[in-house]
Amino acid sequence: MTTTAAVTDDLDNPYALSHLDALESEAVHIFREVAGEFERPVILFSGGKDSIVMLHLALKAFAPAAVPFSLLHVDTGHNFPEVLDYRDRTVERHGLRLHVASVQDFIDRGELRERPDGTRNPLQTVPLLDAIDKGRFDAVFGGGRRDEEKARAKERVFSLRDEFGGWDPRRQRPELWQLYNGKHSPGEHVRVFPLSNWTELDVWQYIAREKIELPAIYYAHEREVFARNGMWLSPGEWGGPKDGESLETRQVRYRTVGDMSCTGAVDSDADTIEAVIAEIAASRLTERGATRADDKMSEAAMEDRKREGYF
Amino acid sequence: MSTNTDAIDVVDAGATSLLRFATAGSVDDGKSTLVGRLLHDSKSVLADQLEAVEHASRNRGQEAPDLALLTDGLRAEREQGITIDVAYRYFATPRRRFILADTPGHVQYTRNMVTGASTAELAVVLVDARNGVVEQTRRHAAVAALLRVPHVVLAVNKMDLVDYAEPVFAAIAEEFTTYAASLGVPEITAIPISALAGDNVVSPSANMDWYGGPTVLEHLETVPVVADPADDPGRFPVQYVIRPQTAEHPDYRGYAGQIASGVLRVGDAVTVLPSGRTSTIEAIDALGQAVDVAWAPQSVTVRLTDDIDVSRGDLIAPTATAPGVSQDIEATICHVADRPLTVGQRVLLKHTTRTVKAIVKDIPSRLTLDDLSQHPAPGELVANDIGRIVVRTAEPLALDAYADSRRTGSFLLIDPADGTTLTAGMAGNAFAEAAAEAAPADAADDEGWDF
Repeated sequence: MTTTAAVTDDLDNPYALSHLDALESEAVHIFREVAGEFERPVILFSGGKDSIVMLHLALKAFAPAAVPFSLLHVDTGHNFPEVLDYRDRTVERHGLRLHVASVQDFIDRGELRERPDGTRNPLQTVPLLDAIDKGRFDAVFGGGRRDEEKARAKERVFSLRDEFGGWDPRRQRPELWQLYNGKHSPGEHVRVFPLSNWTELDVWQYIAREKIELPAIYYAHEREVFARNGMWLSPGEWGGPKDGESLETRQVRYRTVGDMSCTGAVDSDADTIEAVIAEIAASRLTERGATRADDKMSEAAMEDRKREGYF
Repeated sequence: MSTNTDAIDVVDAGATSLLRFATAGSVDDGKSTLVGRLLHDSKSVLADQLEAVEHASRNRGQEAPDLALLTDGLRAEREQGITIDVAYRYFATPRRRFILADTPGHVQYTRNMVTGASTAELAVVLVDARNGVVEQTRRHAAVAALLRVPHVVLAVNKMDLVDYAEPVFAAIAEEFTTYAASLGVPEITAIPISALAGDNVVSPSANMDWYGGPTVLEHLETVPVVADPADDPGRFPVQYVIRPQTAEHPDYRGYAGQIASGVLRVGDAVTVLPSGRTSTIEAIDALGQAVDVAWAPQSVTVRLTDDIDVSRGDLIAPTATAPGVSQDIEATICHVADRPLTVGQRVLLKHTTRTVKAIVKDIPSRLTLDDLSQHPAPGELVANDIGRIVVRTAEPLALDAYADSRRTGSFLLIDPADGTTLTAGMAGNAFAEAAAEAAPADAADDEGWDF
């Protein structure tokens, strides 16, 4: 009546692929599809671990030729210096071209206004769309993963954006098999997410396997921090600490890297990649829940930002 | 955060396999509860996610956390209490990494399940033990069969509400297995569960001693996902031509792509389609590592011994098993766009890495999934219709039957005006040969369907 599958040890099969190999092949396929079908793709590169893994995959996808894309960094003006340093060294080493869209410039010109809470993450959308428009980029790679957040769980690998950069979850193209539809009209562009099917743990396991260098702040270090909204924040010109918030030195590391004003550190003694992987495997909090103030604002914070053109 | 586990073991745990699966069923069948339990009991729901779900549930006046809220994340979904789109969920056990395509039961049902099933190696179909196999169950089985999902699990849910009675389960399992097998589903596993109580989802049930098979999670962890690619013909659609033209690599010319089917070996005599030119594989680069052999679904770069004209959209295949090429395609499709598909319509057809102009020449029939009845000459197909079409392409395509290769037998029809994805197509016959005897005797018209 019923058939029960034979128990097999997958990795004994000579044609087995580990999940990292499968995810890597899928991401490389996505990069090559974009290279084959678009005129001016660009990789969003923040110096965070997901964008670093994206760049690593792009380098592998086109070797021994150069990556046929440039990089775009939306600079909030509140970046960790270690991350900017990493960004510049990486661009130099691989002979890449970097475009920088600066939130500070928009504030200085009066086109954006500083928020009362000092957070600049939501301010990135306008400079991003401006840079896409000016650069005439038709495909924009983002490091977003579906496991990060509920709205992202419903995001396509090829996500069509209208001329306002907006995302309409009800008007997404069905995405079947490995057939990605990148057709778009002039003025529209496509956001492409090669890491859609990766989890935080996959990213770290891949970093370990490929021996990818990361900015040092991802590993445990001593840092002066202060507590706000249940997170450890780094002091800086962006507006902290305020009255009543006191600095203390703690052993911390960062699980995500974004704008300093909304990215929190976690207490950690994980100073090697192996220790970080063990820590994540045992963690009872998601990386965004633990370290991102911008996603704690409301139940639909990410969806609302995406609708307006955020990545 | 604590760090305690042996670090080496954790890194090695990266060497697990990946299973993509889909769930089908409505909220009434307890699908969200099953998904929620799989995620929760495999400890894939983290504290802050659960806290958010509890908070949202309380706001809606529900006492217990509504695990459906784990997947229904969009504003419109929460406001209307429905699922409007396929959601992808991720979880892992020490044995396997899972990608779950969770498809909604009501809205745009067929389109979403077809989407979820297109990449799935396994589909979980839920039925309510009190209701047994109903029209919707048959529709789920038909979609799984149509999309050639290799493994189907029938989860007979709410066993607690039928006193965990074996005969109830046995009758439902028997009826479903007979039906699904008649459609050509190659492997069916029936499991009696209670998603609410947790019986046989992750842990074996204490209430059903008569059942000796695996729990849902045990089955997901152990079902073989690697079909032997050596049995399949080699298919390598070229995505991109890599030509560094640098001092270090002045003459390098590599064809980049993901092996869609079968195995490629250095030394293989190959044919490039549609041109028909032949050459030999000189080298295979597996993302930085030279290898002698590579297989689906690896992304590689292939170099040939001869400097022949090969570009994006071409297919490289071992000469011995190379497919034919044709401009006339018969296929079964699922229409996925809101605007209908009509005879005479001009479209773009995307097959592997090749996009060509095409015309819809004929729509011989539409199929009702509930009872597999056929309706000849429907004139048009609308959203969520399954039907049969005949297409003429502007250029020849090296298309396999979908039954032989899901990846090189599938295609999209795209509206050339605005790029809308219109239709998901599967070349060849709708269901496997085994379906021949299962066609309803009173089917109105068999023409155009090869049961």
